[in-house]
Amino acid sequence: MTGSILFMLIIVLGGIAWFFGRVKASRFSADNKKRGAVHSLPNYHGWYVALWAIGPALLFLMIWNMASPALITDAALTSPAAEQLPQDPFARGAILAEARSIASGQQVQAFNPLSQSMVEPYRTAISYYRTLGMVAALLLVFACGAFGWLKLKPELRARTKIERVTMLLLLFASLIATITTIGIFVSLIFESARFFSMVSPIDFLFGTEWNPKAVAGPRGETGFGAIPLFWGTVFIGAIIAMIVAIPLGLMSAIYLTQYAPPNFRAWMKPILEVLAGVPTVVYGYFAALTVAPALRDFAVSIGISGASSESALAAGVVMGIMIIPFVSSMADDSIAAVPSAMRDGSLAMGATKSETIKKVLIPAALPGVVGGVLLAVSRAIGETMIVVMAAGLAANMTANPFSSVTTVTTQIVKLLTGDQEFDSPKTLAAFALGLVLFIVTLLLNLIALRVVKKYREAYE
Amino acid sequence: MNSSAAFVEERNPTDWQSDAMQQRIRKRYAAERRFKALGISAIILSAGFLAFLMIVMVGNGLRGFTQTELPVEIDFPAMTGGATADQFRGANGPANLRTLGVQDIVNTSVQIQYGEEGSELFSAGGWQAVNQEILKNPQIVETKTTLYLPVESEIDVAFKGSGSETAENKVAELKDRLSTGFNWNFLTNSDATDPMQVGIWGALKGSLITMFITLLIAFPIGVLSALYLEEYAPKNRFTDLIEVSINNLAAVPSIIFGLLGLAVFLNLFGLPRSAALVGGLTLALMTMPVIVISGRNAVKAVPPSIREAALGIGASQMQVVFHHVLPLALPGILTGTIIGMARALGETAPLLMIGMRAFIATPPGGIVEPATVLPVQIFLWSDEVNRGFVEKTSAAIIVLLLFLLTMNALAIYLRNRFETRW
Amino acid sequence: MTELLDSTSPSESPIMTETTASAISAGDGPLKMTTRNVDVFYGEKQAIKDVSIDVTMDNVTAFIGPSGCGKSTFLRCLNRMNDTIPIARVTGDITLEGEDIYAPKMDVVQLRARVGMVFQKPNPFPKSIYDNIAYGPRIHGLASSKDELDNIVETSLQRAGLWGEVQDRLQDSGTALSGGQQQRLCIARAIAVDPEVILMDEPCSALDPIATAKIEELIHELRGKYAIVIVTHNMQQAARVSQRTAFFHLGTLVEYGVTSDIFTNPTEEKTRDYITGRYG
Repeated sequence: MTGSILFMLIIVLGGIAWFFGRVKASRFSADNKKRGAVHSLPNYHGWYVALWAIGPALLFLMIWNMASPALITDAALTSPAAEQLPQDPFARGAILAEARSIASGQQVQAFNPLSQSMVEPYRTAISYYRTLGMVAALLLVFACGAFGWLKLKPELRARTKIERVTMLLLLFASLIATITTIGIFVSLIFESARFFSMVSPIDFLFGTEWNPKAVAGPRGETGFGAIPLFWGTVFIGAIIAMIVAIPLGLMSAIYLTQYAPPNFRAWMKPILEVLAGVPTVVYGYFAALTVAPALRDFAVSIGISGASSESALAAGVVMGIMIIPFVSSMADDSIAAVPSAMRDGSLAMGATKSETIKKVLIPAALPGVVGGVLLAVSRAIGETMIVVMAAGLAANMTANPFSSVTTVTTQIVKLLTGDQEFDSPKTLAAFALGLVLFIVTLLLNLIALRVVKKYREAYE
Repeated sequence: MNSSAAFVEERNPTDWQSDAMQQRIRKRYAAERRFKALGISAIILSAGFLAFLMIVMVGNGLRGFTQTELPVEIDFPAMTGGATADQFRGANGPANLRTLGVQDIVNTSVQIQYGEEGSELFSAGGWQAVNQEILKNPQIVETKTTLYLPVESEIDVAFKGSGSETAENKVAELKDRLSTGFNWNFLTNSDATDPMQVGIWGALKGSLITMFITLLIAFPIGVLSALYLEEYAPKNRFTDLIEVSINNLAAVPSIIFGLLGLAVFLNLFGLPRSAALVGGLTLALMTMPVIVISGRNAVKAVPPSIREAALGIGASQMQVVFHHVLPLALPGILTGTIIGMARALGETAPLLMIGMRAFIATPPGGIVEPATVLPVQIFLWSDEVNRGFVEKTSAAIIVLLLFLLTMNALAIYLRNRFETRW
Repeated sequence: MTELLDSTSPSESPIMTETTASAISAGDGPLKMTTRNVDVFYGEKQAIKDVSIDVTMDNVTAFIGPSGCGKSTFLRCLNRMNDTIPIARVTGDITLEGEDIYAPKMDVVQLRARVGMVFQKPNPFPKSIYDNIAYGPRIHGLASSKDELDNIVETSLQRAGLWGEVQDRLQDSGTALSGGQQQRLCIARAIAVDPEVILMDEPCSALDPIATAKIEELIHELRGKYAIVIVTHNMQQAARVSQRTAFFHLGTLVEYGVTSDIFTNPTEEKTRDYITGRYG
């Protein structure tokens, strides 16, 4: 908590620095009436001083916060109580961690009496270093603030300097996306590498038995064959969902763009888009509560064996409905991009509207539609909640839509929820699955975007 | 003419009136009608599904906002040994109430009126309603009062619809004494094991805190990157890299962000599990690309003539951007932000990865305390076996959908109100 | 046309006798801007070849020529608006009051305050009329009090001949004015930062004849207070408002001289062809 108070204090001091800078600049602005004699407005001079006051101090605090834990531990270890600590680095580390969390108030009581003895040295070290950091930061605020203030003079290009700092801020903000992408990639690769050091990638990618165990079975089998998951994902996301979404989405788009009166279109388009805005957990609940039991009863009534209350069909159909607006808006765009001259040419020959659509518009818009479908598939296979709630956990390799199958995302959720040790292959397998999912969706997106772009260029 | 006739047989004029041709045209028109009918049925099917979903949720969910109650007459003066109303007024009220032993008083009253097994008719936490009533209106401790207390879950379900046989029998027995009241607990309580006592406030508060953090991080970063990419970025491979990563992030499955949050925020940075802080950070990374993409479109839509005008009177590039471009692009950016936030509000999967699925019985007090969010609460309740949770899950869905609807309506309003055609 | 040129008494100036299209010292008033051997490149393409022109205080200088001849490009070099186009590159010397405006120490923001610009299409900010005018003085810190700022706004609008029309609705949006009023608002906005030179890039091309006449009248009134450079595709307009005319063709300066001479007795064949309407 003292950290945030210190932060506030520094910000307030920055405000004061801004004020002093502004006052000084206003004074020499008033003295130099001549045009261009003072480069920047007083405001910018104020910001200049404020940045000098705040910037170095905050930078120092950031480094200090990263460096001080090590310093604190070193200091605590020099205390007499530290001599009783075990030499085993693992046990030692556990005791130190416990002592530290008690000293910093996150934990009330120690389980290990040795930890209790270390609390006091820790507390002293922490308060010593905290005070040191605070004093140093405040000194920095005053010293650098004063330095900035002294540098103020009419010719100082304060505005240019402030703008340069702002520019860096903008650049940094736009780098966050890249850093995140790299972060995703590195963390997935890193954890997957640890997984593949325990389980062979061949077994993982081509094995057909999915039954993850923490320890290998008698013949060395680990049950990490992911083929059933890949099949389940494709079956639900790329087959069943698309059988629902493509005809409905495409026909909706065709009707709305080609036939519907403007009024109907103006109302219907947003209504269909609501389908994409409903949270997936709601779809999942709906699939599990209403659709799946209905489908099971139906399957039983027509005598299909192996019908389960969690079925690929329920998850796939609901997912397909969720994807409809996605397909339909992509189809809408691609049809709109077909030059109207093409359509007019066909109509002028006496073709009916539906003939024109089927023979001219759709073939011309096909690449765009295909691109849209690829994007829709990439979204469907990454979808989690619907399959978690409605598709089930049984890793079946079946083409029976009424039986239960499992998917990559379902298994990621299953592996990572509940009690977990971070080093067990079961946990790490989730990252390997995540890596596969990431790469596949990435490729699908890149291909789809390229297809769509090529197609757009063709008509421009 | 003559020469060509020698090679090409003269074509007979088409007889449009012939039966064959007429039939062909009729067929083509029939195909046209079929195609059109196919189109409209696709739309009706899609919209019908949406309507069906809404009807099921509302039909199930509205019951979640009510509770079935039974009257209990409590003779306070006799049972409290003469407590006065003043004891429960002011700051000491809650403390005094704790020593009063309301739970026993209620149990005894119930047993008097409904027999030895009477307590089983009532929800286990029902006596807390009496607590609240006393604090609200201390006067009742000096009188003999009849209060309506929530019944046990199975009876509640049976009374509202159809339940187990035993419950139905009890309902038939108590028919004329059962009544329906508004379930305030549902709006003010948090998660519980008894469906009669659960509420969404804890999850809702968790959602609000998480969304606040998401907005706090994603909005500035998103806006600043949009400005950088549109107004400053030189055309080079470095800029391309940034663009590719933003477009790519927008298409990454949400669960991958959960994996990132788990690996980086929890394991690498050691931030607390289940906390709104981590949830907010994870969702911020997911929402940011949406804001960047909509922000760039809004910035692009600001006409260059405005930039030239400002540059022409000597505004610096930065002044042009912050004095003119940003204010003009703001409505568009806000629309995109609200849509992105609505998506984040409905998101479940990444939050499961970072442990926001814990049983949270008290609303979170801060950003590092264990919390859950509304969609995750829905997911957790949907897993409950107890039938009483079905209506609660649907009721929570109604609340979530209301929030999303409001946000989207706000976005549409903003877009229509401030959209400028240049 | 002759009575218009009387005031400038062109016969005193020696420049008309010059036949080359190189640097010509203009006659009247102090020298404001000079350009020497200016080349402009857009990537590989050369848009301006070796142009040297002087701009004087008391004359309105007009740049004419067929579209795409580089007259606007050259105009935009004079206040470094070409800096906003990443691939544009300017070489040669351009000075304002003897200072090289492309020198590294020249602050482009201050330069643009001293060399104002009015654009082809009226481009008021979507703010109030008052804020449109006040924006420049605010960012340059030209007013130290509210009264002073009000004063600047009023005098600028008066100079632009708009005060009478808008004084009662200064808080209305600038975009709600008519096209001609908008353009005068943009001129007032340029005046408000107290420039030395005003560049006008086809300021009337988007306006109707009546609004055009008002702007031309305004240019007359502003002459002498500011050095004015106007780009126009309308030769009659150049003849009406300017005292010096430069004729550009394919990125080169073909002829530069006193306006009446250019229109009545051009020295170059190309100029004559253009003025008599053979191409353009």
